[in-house]
Amino acid sequence: MNWTLALPEIVLALSGLVILLAGVMQKRGQAFFSCTMMTLFALVVTAALVVLSPDGTGYSHVFINDGFARFMKVLALAGAALSLVLGIGYAREMEIDKFEFPVLVLFSTLGAMIMASSGNLMTLFVGLELSSLSIYILCAFARDQVTAAEAGLKYFVLGSLASGILLYGISLAYGFAGTLDYAGLQQAVRGSAVLPAGLMVGIVFVLVGLCFKLSMVPFHMWTPDVYQGAPTSVTAYMAGAPKIAAFAVLLRVMAGPFGSMAHQWQLLIEVVSAASMVFGALAAIPQGNIKRLMAYSSIGHMGYAMIGLAAGTAEGTRGTLVYLVTYLFMNVGAFAGIVAMRRKGRAVSRISDLAGLGRSDPGMALAMAVFMFSMAGAPPLAGFFGKLMVFYAAINAQLYGLAAIGIISSVIGAYYYIRIVKIMFFDAAAPALDRAPVSVSFVSVGMGLVTVFFIVALGPVATAAQAAAAALFR
Amino acid sequence: MNSPIEAIGLTPYLSIGAILLVLGVFGIFLNRKNVIIILMSIELILLSANINFVAFSAATGDLSGQVMTLFVLTIAAAESAIGLAIVTVYFRNRGSIEVDDITMMKG
Repeated sequence: MNWTLALPEIVLALSGLVILLAGVMQKRGQAFFSCTMMTLFALVVTAALVVLSPDGTGYSHVFINDGFARFMKVLALAGAALSLVLGIGYAREMEIDKFEFPVLVLFSTLGAMIMASSGNLMTLFVGLELSSLSIYILCAFARDQVTAAEAGLKYFVLGSLASGILLYGISLAYGFAGTLDYAGLQQAVRGSAVLPAGLMVGIVFVLVGLCFKLSMVPFHMWTPDVYQGAPTSVTAYMAGAPKIAAFAVLLRVMAGPFGSMAHQWQLLIEVVSAASMVFGALAAIPQGNIKRLMAYSSIGHMGYAMIGLAAGTAEGTRGTLVYLVTYLFMNVGAFAGIVAMRRKGRAVSRISDLAGLGRSDPGMALAMAVFMFSMAGAPPLAGFFGKLMVFYAAINAQLYGLAAIGIISSVIGAYYYIRIVKIMFFDAAAPALDRAPVSVSFVSVGMGLVTVFFIVALGPVATAAQAAAAALFR
Repeated sequence: MNSPIEAIGLTPYLSIGAILLVLGVFGIFLNRKNVIIILMSIELILLSANINFVAFSAATGDLSGQVMTLFVLTIAAAESAIGLAIVTVYFRNRGSIEVDDITMMKG
């Protein structure tokens, strides 16, 4: 048995345990910073191991490592590391600087990696739960704040319901296909001309559970409340790694085991994708709280990324992967701007609090403007290329309607992104915000550069995404 | 006819599983009283899937369903521990765990 396949996961899990021990043995005040640094180091080492890890399936087919898994894992690790850096200054000011914070992020990322490598519905479920359970705790981490507790409770109840539905779907799929392995499921599905109703119901339930984790319409109702209530660095994390992992599972399951019956689920994905894009664009317009606005924005973004899955081709998958890369970077950047929104030591999150930022902190305002234009899909920036590739794949797969809906809703969405730019630069100034911590400025500048100069990296990223998509459709 | 599942067939097991699932889902959405009842409903949903797994596993003679059941039981235990912890944190902040009171954020 080739146990080195899961070496990155094993290293990450062990370092999580070691960091937990190290945190217990230190004094209360210092533990948070040193544990965060150790976690960052562990994430970087794991990312290096992921890049070097070999291809293959191991552990009696429950674990798959291929180009696709590596791509998604590196992306999830990057998202986790960036949001941890964002949390360094923020956690101290919010008084949530406990050493469990980075450890929970680490275990959640471990769950995301297991999901990306799952070769069996059992690994899928265990990875998903490891990832979700850690996030439930992280949401309620600011335990003296009633909004954080409420966010944690809401996410816990609805997230567990979704996990339960997903598990029930897995049990039906298991019963009617007789196996939990993706390879076995693929054979069972391919062999039968007419699918048993039970298997069909099982697949739909699995889809519903994953759509919930991705906050796709109509399973999005938790997103705005949880995004608003959770500590901002947790929100930044939630919008990144877990969504990437859920997309990894969705792409793998839909392309692999259920790929031969694409015509039966394709319509479902198209409807969910179109509904998310339109809803994300329209519902964000009246929002006054920037974290709620980002929640609706991420609903919309998941809809765009889903177009690639609806296309059901390797080209579509490549589009989705590139979209996820651009989404991750501009999203973390925008959240860096939101983390920096503090006035006299208190976090503020109304959009009107940003008024006059163009004069009081031109650097941060410029970075925010770059992220907003990028999310709206303005041409030279990162967000444009993601959208371009998914729309291109949709048109090549003859999904003209879906591409048209996508283009219309991104025009509508541009309104609320550009409104933020207008408020920052042209509205009557609100009292100035506090200066951003160094770590936040660091992330903000870094992500700003990535977003602006993404066109330089487009070639390598697209090539890597192409290779990842090819591994899935082999 | 040595195992009970061959004697009485798969249908009663699946029916019980489906009934438990429906009870769990309705327990979450129709319940306006207490968050603890929601925690119990979540357990019901997970157990309904477990009954399916064990029944299918016995019927097909494939052991992986029963292995899955053990994993699910562990996860359910972790999930209810975390759920109770979050409910405790919420109660300390609000002094109530009525479902109708969980409305600080809306829109």
